[in-house]
Amino acid sequence: MDMCAVWYFVETTINGALIGLMYALIALGFVLIYKSTDAINFAQGQFVMISGVMVAALAADYGVPVVFGVIIALVFMIGFNVMLERIVLRPMIGRPVVAIIMATIGLAAFLEGLFPMIFGATTRALDLGIPNDPIIVGQVYLTPINVVGGAVALAFFGVFSIFFMKSRKGVALRAVADSHQVSMAMGINVERYFVLAWSMAGVVAVLGGLLWGSAIGVDNTLAVVGLKVFPVVILGGLESIVGAIVGGVIVGVIEAWGGTYIDPAMTQPWFREFFPFEGGGTKDFLPYLLMIVVLFFKPYGLFGKVIIERV
Amino acid sequence: MSVASTAGDVTLSVNGVSKYFGGVRAVDDVSVDIPTGDIFSIIGPNGAGKTSLVNMISGFYTPNTGSIVFNGEDITERRPNERAQRGIARTFQNIALFAGMNVLENLMLGRHIHMKSNLLSACVYWGPNQREEVRHRARCEEIIDFLKLNDLRKQSTGALAYGFQKRVELGRALALEPTLLLLDEPMAGMNSEEKEDMARYILDVNEQLGTTIILIEHDMGVVMDISTHIAVLDQGTKIAEGTPAEIQANPAVIAAYLGTSH
Repeated sequence: MDMCAVWYFVETTINGALIGLMYALIALGFVLIYKSTDAINFAQGQFVMISGVMVAALAADYGVPVVFGVIIALVFMIGFNVMLERIVLRPMIGRPVVAIIMATIGLAAFLEGLFPMIFGATTRALDLGIPNDPIIVGQVYLTPINVVGGAVALAFFGVFSIFFMKSRKGVALRAVADSHQVSMAMGINVERYFVLAWSMAGVVAVLGGLLWGSAIGVDNTLAVVGLKVFPVVILGGLESIVGAIVGGVIVGVIEAWGGTYIDPAMTQPWFREFFPFEGGGTKDFLPYLLMIVVLFFKPYGLFGKVIIERV
Repeated sequence: MSVASTAGDVTLSVNGVSKYFGGVRAVDDVSVDIPTGDIFSIIGPNGAGKTSLVNMISGFYTPNTGSIVFNGEDITERRPNERAQRGIARTFQNIALFAGMNVLENLMLGRHIHMKSNLLSACVYWGPNQREEVRHRARCEEIIDFLKLNDLRKQSTGALAYGFQKRVELGRALALEPTLLLLDEPMAGMNSEEKEDMARYILDVNEQLGTTIILIEHDMGVVMDISTHIAVLDQGTKIAEGTPAEIQANPAVIAAYLGTSH
């Protein structure tokens, strides 16, 4: 077998997995909120977008150094999410899930219109000072932003697990995620932990905005990254943090394989004979196809909590 | 019919509380005083309003009328977590342990309200935090000893036998160091041996820790054996209150409850 092809396959897979970790980071924000507050947040992608746009616009238009831009974005996102929880979502506790979903979809549309209005719709580069020259390991060429993104995501997951396993707030948040009622009986102020979960989702969004913004540039289409959250969390299971990571990596790898192997194959003459259309774009729908297949066999996802209801 | 509470203090007094769900009067104008140090049982047929009453005491339901006074403080408007901090703990009718946590972690969670460290100081393990952790661990170990859970300390709660799960739930409630403990059917679904154990623990908690206990239980044998006082609910109203002997002799109770279910 041709060694070059093998190395190329390894390279594609690793880059895909690294991108997948960056997806997982965004999915983490979604899982956190679903786990602890039972709200399905369709605006996580928009949170990522507005943090990216803020940092990039502050840097490009107002000359604010990226570091300060990040601090401003962090403060803004935490404040925004805390207000959102307090004003929009807390009054909806106990309402049908659909009501909460509609509220977050509305919020997503609102944010997607509002931010270009304030900062302009131009695509900006977000320069974190990460070099463009590939990192070469043996025969494998890795994209630096992917390596940094994957490493940051992994580091964040590490900090996160320590927080959840060791700290008093983390343990309490796990209890809240398990049962609101019992947590209250244990003297835990459940609302305060809702606020904590939303703040953490805000922090994750800023991180995601920085990494994704610097990988693909910043404008309001950055929110599309948020759509990838759905195959990721449905693959992994809606309430599983490990699931978000595994689901993210699977989606990233599948996408990379699709883009590298299936898309070019579709432009070959032999393929055109069977399928006389423009080829390409498989990387965009393969994750969703996989999601549907997984749903057939594991309706709660790979790591999801299987809910058995006795009737 | 109702017995004037014993000469001692009253830990909890429930004054004319009602809870309506639409047209259903789950609890209708019920008043009881729980004397300090009592094992006070609430009995009644299914749907009599026992759990609704306990839910109002622990704060999960807000009464439509009436008030609840705990140690002289009106707690009717207090939230469940605030009541827990004041010393009211409860167990649930269905097992409600935190899945995916081991026995010790479940108990440590009960210590939550007594812990002071915050996220920043908790990052530094030694110093005051270590002392705090050690102190809370020691308290949990006492409870583990007390309930004879020593071998199960690190077991995941999901894998435990039913009787042990109930015991862990009792332990978690005790970790709060409550002055009032609400036990909602702690023996449901147990065999007679497990029931005996649980009854023993309830008596021990009451005697050794001095905790006032409100007990909902269907097993009349156990209730008559361990209760100091009993209140009987039927269709949301209190039909009798008194010592076990008085309740057993009460014709209204026999008609409403003992007579029909036995």
